[in-house]
Amino acid sequence: MSHDHHGHHEVKEPVGWMDRPEAVKRFFIVFYVICGLLFAAEFMLGGAENAHPHPLEERMRFFVYPVYGFLSFWFLVLLARPMRTLLIRSEDYYQGGGRYQGGEHE
Amino acid sequence: MSSLPPFVLFFVGAVLVGFTRGAARKALVLAIPAVGGVMLWVGAGADVAANGAQQYLTLELLGYTLTPFRADKLSLLFGYLFHLAAFLGFVYALHLGDGTPDGSVAGDVGEEDIVGNARAGLQHVAAMLYAGSALGAVFAGDFITLFVFWELLAITSVFLIWARDSERSYATGFRYLIIHVVSGVLLLSGALMLAHETGSVEFGHVGLEGNGWAGWILLVSFGIKAGFPLAHNWITEAYPESTPTGTVFLSAFTTKVAVYALARGFAGAEPLILIGTAMTFFPIFFAVLENDLRRVLGYSMINQIGFMVAGIGIGTAMAVNGAVAHAFADVIFKGLLFMSMGAVMTMTGRTKGTDLGGLYKTMPVTATLCIMGAAAISAFPLFSAFVTKSMIMVAAIEEHHYVVWLFMLFASAGVLEHAGIKIPFFSFFAHDSGIRAKEPPKNMLVAMSIGAVLCVLIGAFPAAFYTLLPFEMDYHPYDLRHVVTQLQLLTFGALGFVTLVRTGVYPDEKRAVHIDAEILYRKLGPWVVKTVGGTVGRADAFVRASVMEFVRSTLGLVARAHGQMGPLARSWPAGSMVLWVALLLSAYLLFYLS
Repeated sequence: MSHDHHGHHEVKEPVGWMDRPEAVKRFFIVFYVICGLLFAAEFMLGGAENAHPHPLEERMRFFVYPVYGFLSFWFLVLLARPMRTLLIRSEDYYQGGGRYQGGEHE
Repeated sequence: MSSLPPFVLFFVGAVLVGFTRGAARKALVLAIPAVGGVMLWVGAGADVAANGAQQYLTLELLGYTLTPFRADKLSLLFGYLFHLAAFLGFVYALHLGDGTPDGSVAGDVGEEDIVGNARAGLQHVAAMLYAGSALGAVFAGDFITLFVFWELLAITSVFLIWARDSERSYATGFRYLIIHVVSGVLLLSGALMLAHETGSVEFGHVGLEGNGWAGWILLVSFGIKAGFPLAHNWITEAYPESTPTGTVFLSAFTTKVAVYALARGFAGAEPLILIGTAMTFFPIFFAVLENDLRRVLGYSMINQIGFMVAGIGIGTAMAVNGAVAHAFADVIFKGLLFMSMGAVMTMTGRTKGTDLGGLYKTMPVTATLCIMGAAAISAFPLFSAFVTKSMIMVAAIEEHHYVVWLFMLFASAGVLEHAGIKIPFFSFFAHDSGIRAKEPPKNMLVAMSIGAVLCVLIGAFPAAFYTLLPFEMDYHPYDLRHVVTQLQLLTFGALGFVTLVRTGVYPDEKRAVHIDAEILYRKLGPWVVKTVGGTVGRADAFVRASVMEFVRSTLGLVARAHGQMGPLARSWPAGSMVLWVALLLSAYLLFYLS
């Protein structure tokens, strides 16, 4: 259990791709293009065979999955936020602590 | 050798592991699950494939027939899984006892001992016994044997929590133990009631009809171990409190034994559809808010088990196949995610979203493997959950459980949010925390790599994996519609995440806890005991004081009457008695004469 050989003293300050704004921008461009392509792929599905056809999917054909995926995230977070207001407590709540005293941003 | 129950090798191995050190111990912990797995494959596995279900060992006890080793396709699937999980877990935990890994900065936050080096032997022995107990449980052909291993699962695994050696881990371990012992007691009670009804202790299909309360009691017993709603917090409490390596073992066995028991005993039990759907739904909200990333994975575990429980409730061949296949895949991808978070914890001493970020710069391999686990749990095509979870969802549609299907689709997006994006994003990307820890020890990277490869192998070549499943079915996960719609769901979910973060709506990570059902036994229970105890204590003191006062005053009165100078204690001279007699006789004479 020695305390004298922590690697962070040896590692020189690294630069990652997230430190380069143009790389981050490129990442998001690729991501948005993929979204666009998948949205357009809906039109290919018209004649696509479904190995396990079911009536519900037949009825909810167009753009249901992308819209459902997008809205699910928003619904999840919009419901979780008031839940937090109600349920949040200090980290030592179960050791005798009480209400959460922290700030808005950490 | 095929009649030797698989747990025996692990129990004997645990004793040997306890008496060895260094390279010998490392060789042993790897050899035992590897040899055991091969023996199972060529022994009982080949036998069951050729001749169907087998009972290899039967004993008579108090008029009941016990079957400590029964094998069929269902138990074999879990048998292979537990050998694999034990092997991966021991590869991951191989460095224990070697001292602090090179490049660790855990000591900076006083968490250097978090790796549990000082308790390496204890963890290896406990994990070996724990894996053996899980094997004992899935090959148990009767309830009495199942009960023994059910309790052993709890008793052996609690040492993996205590190995963390902190006040919190001791308290958590005791709560964990109590909850699991209660589950065991319910199991025995239900089994005895069932034996009273049927005259047999055989562990087969139980169901909820025609057996009175026995079925429900057994369901609750299994449900506690499976993390049913309100009984789920042992998962979210214990997993973050164990050591980095301990949690990998914990996540593999207990809940999956429960899923196995439900699949065997309660396939087609309708309430499980609702319970399972609830389990997929509520934990994802807690997972959004939770700061401790291993606790997030605990909630994620409940969410995934929810899919399995619902599948078992639906009860068709495809649904139950989907449930047990998803259990198999879950042990690997959830193990991989717990391993990646354990690697972060080992190297940084931290697991909270608020403390981490930017680790991709110095831990790129761990980050990549974590992302592969995240892709697998999110059910991206070519990864394992895509070919397992979809069976449950197709079965839900085929059985016309449309609302359940919509909830599951929502929960699938939720999985992407907390396990697919949040876990890798907050630990390896997000804001740069400035922590510059190196990659974890090689054995950890090897274990994670094997896990990642298995996630892809199962996902890319499902047909070979499907042959291991217990029931015949005709299912093809890869068609254009399934691939495109799944990619649409996930990609646009991710787009939702991007818009939530960019608009500032996504909630920050906070150093806080969020109240869950555990408040019932961690706050409300103690409060009730304290309040009721206080009231009863005060009433007791009042009654005691009153009685004592009454006794004291009575004694005082008696003492005054009969005491030394009391009127009733004086000695009367004989002359006065003669006088009183004379007076009484005179009075009598007077009355007589008048």
